[in-house]
Amino acid sequence: MTVNDIVGKLNLTVFGGDKGLNREITGGYVSDLLSDVMGNASEGEVWVTLQTHKNVMAVASLKDVSAVILVKGLKPDEDMLAQSNEEDIPVLGTEMETFELAGQLYGLIKNR
Amino acid sequence: MKFKYEIEGGNFSKAGNASSAVKKILKQLNVPPAIIKKLVVALYEGEVNVVAHAWNGCIHVDIEADRIFVSIEDEGPGIPDIEQAMQEGYSTASQAVREMGFGAGMGLPNMKKNADYLNVKSEVGKGTTVEIITFLK
Repeated sequence: MTVNDIVGKLNLTVFGGDKGLNREITGGYVSDLLSDVMGNASEGEVWVTLQTHKNVMAVASLKDVSAVILVKGLKPDEDMLAQSNEEDIPVLGTEMETFELAGQLYGLIKNR
Repeated sequence: MKFKYEIEGGNFSKAGNASSAVKKILKQLNVPPAIIKKLVVALYEGEVNVVAHAWNGCIHVDIEADRIFVSIEDEGPGIPDIEQAMQEGYSTASQAVREMGFGAGMGLPNMKKNADYLNVKSEVGKGTTVEIITFLK
């Protein structure tokens, strides 16, 4: 399953990092604590968060996550978006709250 | 092979740049991915600690045949009680830093988990040095 697949299936907004839409997804991680993601997320996972600043992309890039999904209609800060495009790591968005999005995402990835 | 990267205290927009540069070099040198992944966690946490707490600092990386030696040195307030600082959940980060998702008291514990050897030296009012060794064999 690629990032593009979940964009279509969950009707996500693509804010940036379009060139990374063909990245493979191996799982997901949900956290708003950057050190938690740093310590526990794995390469290829989709990271679900409500943090919208540039440091999110630094962590996303260092951990090689496949995409970042912002919940509750949140939008990335300008410098986060710029780095998303630079790193080719997609930043996606949804109106859903974390619980609902994570549930749907889990269903998709589990049944892969 | 030795490298040095500067870290600006307080400048979160550049936090991660040094770690990212080291990651690129390790990749170019064909260091095994599993080792890079662990070291990058420790590096980033160390870099963020300097940005969040110190006035300025630098990362020294020394890559040898059998090990990678990293030293993160800063000029800053120092750590009065290192044992306390090593405890998971203990943090002195400001509210603003916590709201960004930092300062959860996971930094130093994360570094310890991802290093083969970790040593913290600190002098209050002067600064802190964190040494990390990762064995390649």
